[in-house]
Amino acid sequence: MEKEEVKKIKDWMNTEEYKEKNFNRKAIVINPARACQPLGAVLCAAGFENTMPFVHGSHGCVAYYRNNLSRHFREPLAAVCTSLTEDGAVFGGQANAFEGFKNALTLYKPKMLAISTTCMTEVIGDDLGSIVGGAREKGYLPEDILAPYANTPSFAGSHLEGYDSMLNAIIETLCKKSDANENKSDTINIIPGFDTTTGNINEIKRILKIFGASYLVLADYSNTLDYPLNGEYKLYPKGATKLEDVKKCMNNRATIVLQRFSAKKTAATLSKKFNHEVRIVKSPIGINYTDEFLMAVSELSGKEIPGEIEDERGRAIDSMTDAQQYIHGKKFAIFGDPDMLVGLTSYLLEMGGIPKYVLCSNGTEEFKKEIEDLFASYSEGEGEVYINKDLWHLRSLIMTGPVDMLMGPSHGKFAARDAKIPHIRIGYPIFDRVNIHRYPLYGYSGVINLTTWIVNKFMDILDDESDDAHFELMR
Amino acid sequence: MAVDFKENEDLVEEVLSVYSEKAKKNRKVHFGINDKENCGSCVTKSNMKSLPGVMTPRGCAYAGSKGVVWGPVKDVINISHGPIGCGMYSWGTRRNLANGEIGVESFVPFQFTTDFRERDIVFGGDKKLEQAIKELHELFPTAKGMVVESECPIGLIGDDIEAVAKKTSDEFGIPVIPVRCEGFRGVSQSLGHHIANDSIRDFVVGKGEVDDSKKTPYDVAILGDYNIGGDVWASMKIFEEMGLNVVTHWSGDGSIEEMKITHKVSYNLLHCYRSMNYIARHFEEAYGIPWVEYNFFGPTKIKESIRNIAKLFDENIQEKSEKVIKAYEPKMQEVIDKYRPRLEGKKVMILVGGLRPRHIVGAYEDLGMKVVSTAYEFAHSDDYERTTKELEDGTIITDDLNEYEFVELAKKLKPDLVASGIKEKYIFQKMGIPFRQMHSWDYSGPYHGYDGFEIFARDMDLAVNSPSWKLVKPLWKK
Ligand code: SF4
Repeated sequence: MEKEEVKKIKDWMNTEEYKEKNFNRKAIVINPARACQPLGAVLCAAGFENTMPFVHGSHGCVAYYRNNLSRHFREPLAAVCTSLTEDGAVFGGQANAFEGFKNALTLYKPKMLAISTTCMTEVIGDDLGSIVGGAREKGYLPEDILAPYANTPSFAGSHLEGYDSMLNAIIETLCKKSDANENKSDTINIIPGFDTTTGNINEIKRILKIFGASYLVLADYSNTLDYPLNGEYKLYPKGATKLEDVKKCMNNRATIVLQRFSAKKTAATLSKKFNHEVRIVKSPIGINYTDEFLMAVSELSGKEIPGEIEDERGRAIDSMTDAQQYIHGKKFAIFGDPDMLVGLTSYLLEMGGIPKYVLCSNGTEEFKKEIEDLFASYSEGEGEVYINKDLWHLRSLIMTGPVDMLMGPSHGKFAARDAKIPHIRIGYPIFDRVNIHRYPLYGYSGVINLTTWIVNKFMDILDDESDDAHFELMR
Repeated sequence: MAVDFKENEDLVEEVLSVYSEKAKKNRKVHFGINDKENCGSCVTKSNMKSLPGVMTPRGCAYAGSKGVVWGPVKDVINISHGPIGCGMYSWGTRRNLANGEIGVESFVPFQFTTDFRERDIVFGGDKKLEQAIKELHELFPTAKGMVVESECPIGLIGDDIEAVAKKTSDEFGIPVIPVRCEGFRGVSQSLGHHIANDSIRDFVVGKGEVDDSKKTPYDVAILGDYNIGGDVWASMKIFEEMGLNVVTHWSGDGSIEEMKITHKVSYNLLHCYRSMNYIARHFEEAYGIPWVEYNFFGPTKIKESIRNIAKLFDENIQEKSEKVIKAYEPKMQEVIDKYRPRLEGKKVMILVGGLRPRHIVGAYEDLGMKVVSTAYEFAHSDDYERTTKELEDGTIITDDLNEYEFVELAKKLKPDLVASGIKEKYIFQKMGIPFRQMHSWDYSGPYHGYDGFEIFARDMDLAVNSPSWKLVKPLWKK
């Protein structure tokens, strides 16, 4: 194509007119920030001791989840499947499932198979209950092997619902109603939700340790997906949530859910079926939500907020006030999973930043309301929130109404490049930067990390773009 | 080096001993010990169903069609037709580089999907697809075609994507190509390659016109190079220096407009036999265009390939080709002199797809490294026939090697380098074994051609000889 012609079209793509066309589309999704359900189920399963994620479907799907998760964590990710083919589509997948159980047990010796489905097995209508029941009867699945199963259809929800359904299935399978009693332990359950920032889980655990509070993380892959390199490959690295602990979790003091939108079912099961106290807090990103989280921990554990943590808070505030002038009034576009966006919006507002566009491919009306309430609580509130929109929409937004920075997973890099703005990697997945997921966004440490990344990025740009006269030593 | 066949056979036997009788019987036929004299394609059985419940390295037909064959074609829009996942996971993960303005001339770095929801499964997705194509045509008016890649549900709910494709193609005057690559078809990505090749045959081949006066006897097409990290460009450089005219490259940095005129070339040069032999054969049968396989990994194979190809042409090309070989020799010697002493005798284990389990062997050998085992994800018997002659006798050859077997084999063979994919990478690195991803070139490349070899050699060296590997054991445990 002629250069001028190309430029003409590209320019047109940056216009209001194009934006309108783009926002009018109904059927095609372009560059969404959302994965499918079973991926969430597989991630959740990776947080449990000696557990093999077992996906009922063709091996293409599982190859994709393993690739995707391994690229983000830069860690091995074990998962097996029933390798269904065309005859499975005709006759159902039971025979493959039976054989798959047998082979997986011989080879990988798990204590638990965490079974999820794919598009194919959902469409052909395989019944996991009867498959597992049949396998037990016929001896393919011995009684001592736990086998929670969850339907994870990819034509509904996203990786968040897949995570939730698997966690729910594991709790429902392992916890017996008859074992539930009023003799609560002091332990607090923590449900991180679909959170691929292992640093977050570690930060929460660190805080609870400082509290001296006993805790149980439900789906703790902070070790299994970040385990030490010492010359040995471990199929089941230590540090995952112990199955024995799960069995008693409903008798713990209470559960704190750190992601409202990826643990709905699980939260409902715990509170309704087991009459267990569930506290859903905002993801503790920024000062306010961290404060709220700590107060919840304090209340549930009956322990004062430790002085050490108050000191940490002071340091975080210090880092913010030192740096606030570089964020104040700056406009941001942020995208990713809903709970992270709520936290990030709150943090940016605390810093005097303007979260101009908050875009979520898997957000609900409830999420939208949360963001709008946040906007309303700050005078700067000129933000716009979009649900069920994708990164091609986001591109139109930032090309027509510019912002200073984009924050979100790696896939945003194309839009950021077109808009010539910096892009801070945060959320899932991050494929093009190393180690980011090891740094917490949560807690007061998270405040310092976020502030460091954002401000230093602006400063790098300032240095890069300064002429000789303005290339100054101090910033 | 004399090989103890018995020793390797025992070793394989040991690896397989964990299986149940039935599973062992199944897997055993996929292991072979190379014996050039006595066995070519019979070294292992292939293209059969994977065992359920094991970590097979394989992907699906969709991955073969969209991910491999169609995905790199830059001027068409690839629509992942069905739910969100497949398109998401195959978005930008194969590193098919493409020139051209993104969104105008190149649609490679996009993920387009019809994002099926419950109601689409229940009521069918044909209307949605039609609407999607219409919207895409409006938003991306320069797209030269659209390719509809079916995900699992499409074939199960009985949608008629062919009818939608026909209708929208007529309406918008661009090819809209239905591809029936649902993930449950076949046993691996391999059938996906075939299905995509067939769709190209039916909807693309022969559809373009060329001014015959512009044709030359030196017009060639590259088939089966996906421009991972720039491979196509490194290869084209050599062909052009040989005096050939590369009319089109399939499908890395490829264009449907060029694919349409491929039937006018004099020869098809085929790199990845597995994924594009189908279309090469079609060109031969329908248009009488001969095809020749080549291997552009490492100077020895490059030299052999250049000569093989040059033979097809006149003296002029042959002379130029010799000059090319000569011109690069000092540079290649320099690379070998630099790296060979650091890599001599190092053992490599390979598990990849397509052509690489045999094609990269020579490049390792150029560096003095020794391939002790090689394995394919989704090969057929004709691949094994081509493999056995590339390897020393006694080398272990495996089909659909799964994670358990791979790890156990590695414990016994103690390789200095493992060459495989992302799923395998961190497993071996945890074991303290240096690793290179040989699908994506581990975000490096190109590895093809003379330019590629220099990078290949550097990368193998930096993996094997990185000081970081020496730190795995702490001082107090040394
Ligand atoms: S969308 Fe469906 S077919 Fe695609 S990877 Fe997810 S489960 Fe598999």
